[in-house]
Amino acid sequence: MQTGLEDQLGLYQKRIPIFTRSVKGRFRRFKSSVLVLAYAIYFLLPWLPWSRLDAPAQAVLFDLPGRRFLIFGLTVYPQDVIWLALLLFIAAILLFFVTGLVGRAFCGYFCFQTLWTDFFIWIEHRIQGERPARVRLYRQPWNREKLIKVGGTHALWILASFWTGLTFVAYFTYAPQLVFDFVTGQAAAAAYITTGIITLSTYAAAGLMREQICTYVCPYGRFQSVMYEPETLAVHYDARRGEGTLGRAVVRAGRGIVVERRRAEGAVAEERRHSSLSAGQRALAERREKGIGDCVDCGLCVQVCPVGIDIRDGLQYKCISCGLCVDACNTIMDSFGFPRGLIRYDSEKNLASPAPAAPKVHWKRLKTVGYGMALVLMSAYLVYSVATRGNFDRAVNQIRQPLYVVLSNGDIRNRYQIRITNKASQEQTYVISARGIPAAALDLGNFSKVAIKSGHSALVQASVRLPPVVAAQTQQFELIITPLGKSAEARTENVRFDAPGKRP
Amino acid sequence: MSEQKLQSQTVQTTGHAWDGDLQEYNNPLPVWWVYTFYATVVFALVYWTIYPSWPFGKGWIGGVSDITYVNSEGETKTHSWNTRALFITDMNEAAVAQKPYFDKVAAMPYEQIAQDPDMSGFIISAGKSLFAENCAACHQAGGQGVIGFFPNLTDDDWLYGGSYEKLHETLVGGRRGYMPAFSEVLNGDQVDQLANYVASLSGIGHDADKAVAGDVLFHSETAACYYCHTNDATGRQDMGAPNLTDNIWLWADVPGARTAESKVAAIRGVISGGLNKGVMPAWSDRLTPEQIKVLTVYVHELGGGQ
Repeated sequence: MQTGLEDQLGLYQKRIPIFTRSVKGRFRRFKSSVLVLAYAIYFLLPWLPWSRLDAPAQAVLFDLPGRRFLIFGLTVYPQDVIWLALLLFIAAILLFFVTGLVGRAFCGYFCFQTLWTDFFIWIEHRIQGERPARVRLYRQPWNREKLIKVGGTHALWILASFWTGLTFVAYFTYAPQLVFDFVTGQAAAAAYITTGIITLSTYAAAGLMREQICTYVCPYGRFQSVMYEPETLAVHYDARRGEGTLGRAVVRAGRGIVVERRRAEGAVAEERRHSSLSAGQRALAERREKGIGDCVDCGLCVQVCPVGIDIRDGLQYKCISCGLCVDACNTIMDSFGFPRGLIRYDSEKNLASPAPAAPKVHWKRLKTVGYGMALVLMSAYLVYSVATRGNFDRAVNQIRQPLYVVLSNGDIRNRYQIRITNKASQEQTYVISARGIPAAALDLGNFSKVAIKSGHSALVQASVRLPPVVAAQTQQFELIITPLGKSAEARTENVRFDAPGKRP
Repeated sequence: MSEQKLQSQTVQTTGHAWDGDLQEYNNPLPVWWVYTFYATVVFALVYWTIYPSWPFGKGWIGGVSDITYVNSEGETKTHSWNTRALFITDMNEAAVAQKPYFDKVAAMPYEQIAQDPDMSGFIISAGKSLFAENCAACHQAGGQGVIGFFPNLTDDDWLYGGSYEKLHETLVGGRRGYMPAFSEVLNGDQVDQLANYVASLSGIGHDADKAVAGDVLFHSETAACYYCHTNDATGRQDMGAPNLTDNIWLWADVPGARTAESKVAAIRGVISGGLNKGVMPAWSDRLTPEQIKVLTVYVHELGGGQ
């Protein structure tokens, strides 16, 4: 019958619009603070000044034409791409580590799709009002009010998207100059194109598509699901407590509780605190006696959900683990005087146990400990690598066309191209010498010493000439590159020497 | 059975029935696909208008967009947009960017170019592409040449001299190497004697008696080898006559021959057959003076510059 159903419904389902109700609570506060912090960093970082001698005074500047990445006091060159690889590895392992512990925390609190969607919903809320007002506006025919409110929302979204795009570009060029050039039409075409693409994609992803990105587009949400373990903390509805034996039930009228329920929509009144505490307990006992669960079926957990699911249906792939339903349910439980935690962060294992203990993070598992150790080791290596990196980079290439030259007196000559990149902040002279061959054999032409400006590189052609007897015995030797006056920073490269008749 | 029944209820047909009960399913394309297709049609129409598209009469429809470029004669031309003109424009821009370097090359003496780290880097990269484009066909990508055909530019032996001035002269005017075929004036034994003598000059295994006879022949008026190769057989660079006393071989494939006999045989072949293929074309009418100067320094830096 499944096939028949699919045929009738079709594979495509039109998006059901989601109007989220705002909610207050611990997780909402955490989400908001992450949002503010992340936005502060993203939007303000390009404007942070940083005095430099040879580059614009911008703390974080990815200078693509100059082939360097200025990050505060650190200058990263393309040769350091291993750091980027390491950083990506660390980010991946961190994601696995956190997901194993507390589920899709990244999705719920830190993912930029979630952050921007949250911000866009906030804009929508400020202009169009709370959920019922937005639903009404959505249903009503197009008129002046709807045009202004909906138009205004979209206009603000586009503005926010535009500033997001422009900020992104500002990481790649001096920000104040960029904004000036952008407005006067003098910025590079790449700046306009990049800003345009990011504006459009931000507007589409955070304004129009929202939870569809998480549900249909994003691969991370999918593969994070397989990292859940029975011990993983996730947002769960305590079905045993909520449903009882007869299922959930609305609080019936005429029992005095309905009054509380109406008030529950607003702030909790102080006077009720004193009186309803006992009333709530009484009502709860009454319900449990009848076999009715604790869930009052108010539907608030569904109304606050940014992906439009009902958490009471169980853990599901659409859930981004943002904890807003926890906040919503706790608010309602408080207002009725029921104990909190009907919807809570808990593990599958704990929920299934006959007497659930207080939820806690279980980290003593091989997987979690393994990821944790990998994380510590990789981070330590990255820090070590950044802290102890050399002040120059070198690459020695043997010239292979031809591998060797027989000279007129029978001597064998090999040639090498040495590229030295000065990563230090000032000009530096480098001296090249050799070990393992006679001193006179190394010929550096005009460049036995080469001075290189900061951030620049130089090519030096070296040739080594050995008599045939010596050449036959020399498999390889060492080239030593020494910054003048800093012999401790000398670096040694092993290089091959080729001669006729030698087999590699 | 029930599934089939359900299908017949849910799947649309085109509404026609032939022969009483023959119907056709209606399976329309997905809407997004159809609209994407329409969009490509619209795109094509726009593209045809803006860019050159259809052949028309003896020409073609040029499109609304024009491109202005400066051709190789220095004339400014405007034409309907085409990638060839775009390419010329791009190349002109690249030439403008390169010009300061080429100007510097033109202004600086050779030695100074070679000693300047910046210019040296430019020579290595610009010279490499110029060499690859113009010289590598014969002298090979690294300048190592081919024995029997094209001289090796990376060793320290020069037919016509390895100074900057001589290299420049070779590049500008080209060279023509020639050696007569001695089978016309010498018999086989004499050629063999000469070959053994030449082998002895480079310390290759040879017949000592024949070499002594070859020595006499070399300096006699019969063979008159010394005319070009000089009395001590070290050659004459003004004529392109190679030095026979060193370890470098261009025409006779001595390094490639395994046995002493075959090495001597290779030399014999050159003496009896002579040579007229040592031709290097003149580059002055193909390359600009700056390009030739870049190549001069580049070849000098290949390792053998004198």
